[in-house]
Amino acid sequence: MTRLSLRWLALLALFATLQGCATVASPDPRDPWESMNRSVFGFNDAVDRAVIKPVAVAYKQTLPSWTRTGINNFFANLDDVWSAVNNALTLRRQAFGDSVGRVMVNSTIGLGGLFDVASDLNIERHPANFNITLGHWGVGAGPYVVLPLLGPFSLREVAALPVDRQGNLVNQVVDEGTRTGLTVVDLVDTRSTFLDSEGVVNGAALDRYSFIRDSYLQRQRYLVYDGNPPDEEPQEP
Amino acid sequence: MLSKRGFLGLASSMALVAGLVFAPAAHADDEAPDALIKRLSVDVLDTIKADKSIRTGDTAKIVTLVDTRIMPNVNFQRMTASAVGPGWRQATPEQQKRLQDEFKILLVRTYAGALAQVNDQTIAMKPMRMAPEDKEVIVRTEIKGKGDPIQLDYRLEKTPGVGAGWKIYNLNVLGVWLVETYRSQFAQQINAKGVDGLIDALAEQNKANAKKG
Repeated sequence: MTRLSLRWLALLALFATLQGCATVASPDPRDPWESMNRSVFGFNDAVDRAVIKPVAVAYKQTLPSWTRTGINNFFANLDDVWSAVNNALTLRRQAFGDSVGRVMVNSTIGLGGLFDVASDLNIERHPANFNITLGHWGVGAGPYVVLPLLGPFSLREVAALPVDRQGNLVNQVVDEGTRTGLTVVDLVDTRSTFLDSEGVVNGAALDRYSFIRDSYLQRQRYLVYDGNPPDEEPQEP
Repeated sequence: MLSKRGFLGLASSMALVAGLVFAPAAHADDEAPDALIKRLSVDVLDTIKADKSIRTGDTAKIVTLVDTRIMPNVNFQRMTASAVGPGWRQATPEQQKRLQDEFKILLVRTYAGALAQVNDQTIAMKPMRMAPEDKEVIVRTEIKGKGDPIQLDYRLEKTPGVGAGWKIYNLNVLGVWLVETYRSQFAQQINAKGVDGLIDALAEQNKANAKKG
């Protein structure tokens, strides 16, 4: 934990020193490090094309749909545990109750989370994490940051990351081999669920970087405000 | 037996239901915005479910579907103007028309790609808050199918005049407003190469998309 925090601090210091050397055509106040973010974005894209996407495609082609659904449900059930904690921390009673109910139903009747029985019973998912909890209690999102391999973040999310990592039950597995294995399967599985929709983004975006950034920032705001962000639609030109 | 409080509760909820049922009668000339969204969504989902060729990727068919069923209920000029931002007023009427045309092709194709993935989805309406004098509303819906539900919200404006109905001018998927997602992309192009630069960029993207089939 301490080693991890130090590493993040070093990274943040690096970001801080890089601030200001960026010159971009249409600066966005939420993205002061755009020039560097774009380089990291390009790097991540290259890694994705070379390694992650091919593995995700192979994963999707090899495993039958019901197996992938089971794997996806298993990790979602672990996520629901951390969501329950954070829904409690943000005093979202219904969301907390639903999350606890989901974990109880899916861990038992759903055979350790492999089956999402709770959704069939109409118990809704309410994803939450420590980043959202911080936002809920008034911590600003801070600048937009693209991290190597990890993708889009707000600075607040970076700060919450050590806590969110501890909250991910996969990271509580003692055996290192098992832990790494689970993390990799989780990553590949998550990536495979985006294979269908990425074509839509590629077709829709004039500039993928801005498209993803603006979608991400809006989505985060939506989650922090529990689905009801205050209006900020600017006036007509 | 109903206790007194229970009875009062029942009576007041009955009054509420009666209010909900009879209130729209006063504005019978116009289809309510949520009724419009529901009708459109059910119509589009049913059409796709009934037509296998759409789900196997017949883009031309989806484009026709979106064009004939959805677009008549969209104020596309407002949508484009809002995405273009301050640059809109600098554009000539001719440029504004071309911006609308190219942006429309881009969105319809994108939307078509998403619709091609429909299989067993259904739509659920969420409660709408609206006063009778409101000229702009948000209609919230949820698309339910395999996996987590997808929030799909719409901003609608009342077209001036009795019976002219409501028109969609923005769309929100999972908390992300479509128009806002294009604003900085469009501004980048206009700042770098002017309105014509943006038109060219849109046309080029559409050409590239058409090649991919």
